[in-house]
Amino acid sequence: MPEAILKWARALAFPLAVLAALEVYARTIAINSDALAPPTQAAQAFLQAVSDGSLLAATGFTLLGAGLGLLVATVLGIALGILLGLSRHAAQTSFLSVEIFRTIPSVALIPLAMLIFGFGMNMEVSVVAFATVWPILILTQTAVRQIEPALLEVARALDLSPGARLAKIIVPAILPRLFVALRLAVAIALVVAVTVEIVANPYGMGYAIMIAQQSMEPALMLAWLLWIALVGYIVNEAALRLQHFVARRMGAMP
Amino acid sequence: MNPRFPLKATAESLMLLAALIALWWLASHNEWVSKVFLPTPEATLSSLKSGLLHGELAGFSIDTINRMLLGWLLASLIGILLGALVAISSSARAWIQPTLEFIRPLPASAIMPLSISIFGLNAAMVMFVVAFGAMWPVLLATIHGFVSVDPRLREVATALRLSRTAFIWKMGLPSAMPDILAGMRLSMTVSLIIAVVGEMIASQSGLGQAILLAARSFRASELFAGVVLLGIIGFAANGLLSLAEKKLLRWQAR
Repeated sequence: MPEAILKWARALAFPLAVLAALEVYARTIAINSDALAPPTQAAQAFLQAVSDGSLLAATGFTLLGAGLGLLVATVLGIALGILLGLSRHAAQTSFLSVEIFRTIPSVALIPLAMLIFGFGMNMEVSVVAFATVWPILILTQTAVRQIEPALLEVARALDLSPGARLAKIIVPAILPRLFVALRLAVAIALVVAVTVEIVANPYGMGYAIMIAQQSMEPALMLAWLLWIALVGYIVNEAALRLQHFVARRMGAMP
Repeated sequence: MNPRFPLKATAESLMLLAALIALWWLASHNEWVSKVFLPTPEATLSSLKSGLLHGELAGFSIDTINRMLLGWLLASLIGILLGALVAISSSARAWIQPTLEFIRPLPASAIMPLSISIFGLNAAMVMFVVAFGAMWPVLLATIHGFVSVDPRLREVATALRLSRTAFIWKMGLPSAMPDILAGMRLSMTVSLIIAVVGEMIASQSGLGQAILLAARSFRASELFAGVVLLGIIGFAANGLLSLAEKKLLRWQAR
């Protein structure tokens, strides 16, 4: 597989060159900088954070906050989305309200969540849930509306109960698209969780990088920045693979 | 999404919104939710009125809008330029695009500590982060738009021996336009969000700072007034851009 190796080598060359340049710059021109540190020192700071457990704790908090918020949003978003997708009337009636609420920037709710819940997991979960519920709702609604009408007619002809209709016809039909919505929501959830921590919540990866900056530890800050990027990449990649996997299993076009 | 909104549906849509506001009125007046968190609609309205007419809310709104627009323009400019440069050369794509894909999921707010270390707590710092964060949708959309230029157009360009710049101006940009405009619309939403986050963290004057201070001193009605204004700004920006998109793309039957 020399082709694949070449591809990887090309992909890695650019970031490695940037890191090497930063190493040289930080060790020659910008010695004692409060902003930049050589990547080798960042690696040491990273290992330190791994060994004292702060990395795991902060990463766990952020992922848990993002995950729980996403869970709440998924349940609400899918339930409402199916309702609005099935009933044209409900969709038209709620159109204006949905449009108004979903344009509120999620970060504007950070101060409100702070006021209601104080600091901690609850405020983070609530802001993440608000930010992710709208894309899930809209995409679910669209997916339901695009179900083959014949399928719904079959359900009617068979006189299926609402529960059976949901479980046997609707959910299987929209499943691949639900995972597309989930993939988009995962990306938003992680961004919002980190942002909540940077702005207010004194836990998690966002707070850790903020503290590293405030205590003038550029190496630790750089380590957190690269780690947050890596976590974001892995989480997004996993969501994308899950989406493709479901699409393949359900035999739908991705 | 809404072809010919019938009158009845519009009326019902407004009625639902009115019902939600009535629910808000009931909840706040009967103190189902503590008044500390949930001000009455009247109090919110009067905070909004007095803040806009006599207070600083109007000025804050203008500050936030300026920050959003300037950051968005910068982001769009850099995004389109960089995107065109990366997309036009297949070797640049092979070497640099993996790095771009890696950075894309990084929450823009995570750049903020680094940016604070470099620029300090000031408006330039916020502008940098807004431009950085809002650049990605435009950048990736531009690359996507350029890469999916119709192969026949490429053949025509080779046959006419167009120079690279001529190809970018005459074929690349116009055919990538739908992607770029969609990216720019997303980028506007991102700019508003990061502008607000930046105002909160760096205490730059604007609605972000205003709502954070309102929450810290338990002035819920002012907090709500700020959130309402942010909602209006987000709604208006998104609406205007969709309109512009439709107007600009009328020549293109998609």
